[in-house]
Amino acid sequence: MLTPVVDDDGAPFWEYAARGELRVQACAEPGCGELRFPPRPCCPHCHSFDSEWRRMSGRGRIWSYVIPHPPLLPDYAAQAPYNVVVVELAEARRIRLVGNLVSGPDAPLNSVAGERIRIGARVQVVFGTGVGDGRDGPRLPRWVLERP
Amino acid sequence: MAGTGAAGLKDATAVVGIGQTPFAKQLPDSEKTLACRAILAALDDAGISPAEVDALASYTMEETDEVEVAKAVGFGDLSFFSKVGFGGGGSCATVAHLASAVATGQATVGVAWRSRKRGSGPRPWKNTAVQLPTPAQWTRPFGLLRPADEIAMLTRRYLHEYGATRDHLFNVALACRNRANQNPAAMMYERPLTRDMYMTSRWISEPLCLFDNCLETDGALACVIVSAERARDCRQRPVYVHSAAQGLPAQHHGMVNYWNDDPLTGPAWTAARHLWKQADFTPEDVDVAQIYDAFTPLIPLSLEGYGFCGRGEGGAFTEGGALEIGGRLPLNTSGGGLSEAYVHGFNLINEGVKQLRGTSTAQVPGAATCLVTAGEGVPTSALLLRT
Ligand SMILES: [Zn+2]
Repeated sequence: MLTPVVDDDGAPFWEYAARGELRVQACAEPGCGELRFPPRPCCPHCHSFDSEWRRMSGRGRIWSYVIPHPPLLPDYAAQAPYNVVVVELAEARRIRLVGNLVSGPDAPLNSVAGERIRIGARVQVVFGTGVGDGRDGPRLPRWVLERP
Repeated sequence: MAGTGAAGLKDATAVVGIGQTPFAKQLPDSEKTLACRAILAALDDAGISPAEVDALASYTMEETDEVEVAKAVGFGDLSFFSKVGFGGGGSCATVAHLASAVATGQATVGVAWRSRKRGSGPRPWKNTAVQLPTPAQWTRPFGLLRPADEIAMLTRRYLHEYGATRDHLFNVALACRNRANQNPAAMMYERPLTRDMYMTSRWISEPLCLFDNCLETDGALACVIVSAERARDCRQRPVYVHSAAQGLPAQHHGMVNYWNDDPLTGPAWTAARHLWKQADFTPEDVDVAQIYDAFTPLIPLSLEGYGFCGRGEGGAFTEGGALEIGGRLPLNTSGGGLSEAYVHGFNLINEGVKQLRGTSTAQVPGAATCLVTAGEGVPTSALLLRT
């Protein structure tokens, strides 16, 4: 499986994810506080370079989804057809995370059938134990249906 | 003819030569060889010697660089060269950059080209070692791997939000295929498409099926740009660059535009505003359009962006044969990326020129204005051409 190729701006996201926390970068300037994603060096609203990582509730709704079929990279082809979802966060609908809808934290990418997915469905974040068989890679935020 | 300020580009330059190689799933020539063949064909079409060329423009993912091309083809001293970013979004910008260079006196003869071995060469998503630009860490680990997956995500939302259907996408695929069936150079020349074939084809990334995706092609194309004054002495009827624009919207994120406040208004909207602002005519007056079609949903999204219909109406616009010859807006009259060849959109530029010369294999009678666009979903560019 592909693991995130992390840059300086994105590193904190993955460090929090390793602890099972979903955090989004926010401007730390008093009076601004805009959330931004993906992470980047400065705030496009007030141009402050100070940022903090705000903890999210982990609740959201499915904004869209796809079901990829081969040809795909081998590890993904092995689980295809699987789903990829875009989730808009409950706290900030314009913060949208790409992820997978799964039946549990360590379930495979195809553990929720495509017919069960719909735009607008409420979802909750979970964190698997790690990417790949070794279970020692980065922990990805994954999503389960609030009402399975 | 060139004025000042924003109108400085209007009809000041013209495309006077076009050239192309055959298109196929596999060609024996290298990309460099294909590039040289297409460029020499375009210069020959214009009746201009390679030694007169002093400006070049290409766009990223082009592996034949300026030094190699200039040396191989025998260009003169170059005073302008430009490489536009964002792959297929840069096709029309190459012509725009050369038009600017020629209109402002930085150069006199410009050549733009695209050479690809996409049919027989490697694809980036097949190589695990290749990580495409910045957003990869937020998408690829989850299995959003290919451009088709990224555009399928927007498509699902588009269909949901506006009630567009797969039949609308089929209308796009069919219009392109019908035109390819008229074009002996098209890869799909003798391969008609039916609704049944479309609806029962295999999925690539639901909701996109096989026929929603462009072809994998080996081939190259080129065109030649000179001043309007010089154009009058060339072999072919000049096709004027009436207006040109690039578009990179505020807070845009590339093909994975899901982090934008409004992901369904892509770069086409930004390019369109500038394009029409400088033009003497409106979308109503466009006789024929060549709209970048790496994927069928880019057509309804672009029809909205370039102002041919209202927001959310792009699907409905395709109904009733609107995109066919004789329809409201004949589209991709060579077959486009979906059915002629996928050469990162450059075939759309050359086909626009053919329409305005009156030499297309699917000629729109009396066509005098043509919109050509580059890839939507990435920072893009567009041209208005006129006779
Ligand atoms: Zn701020």
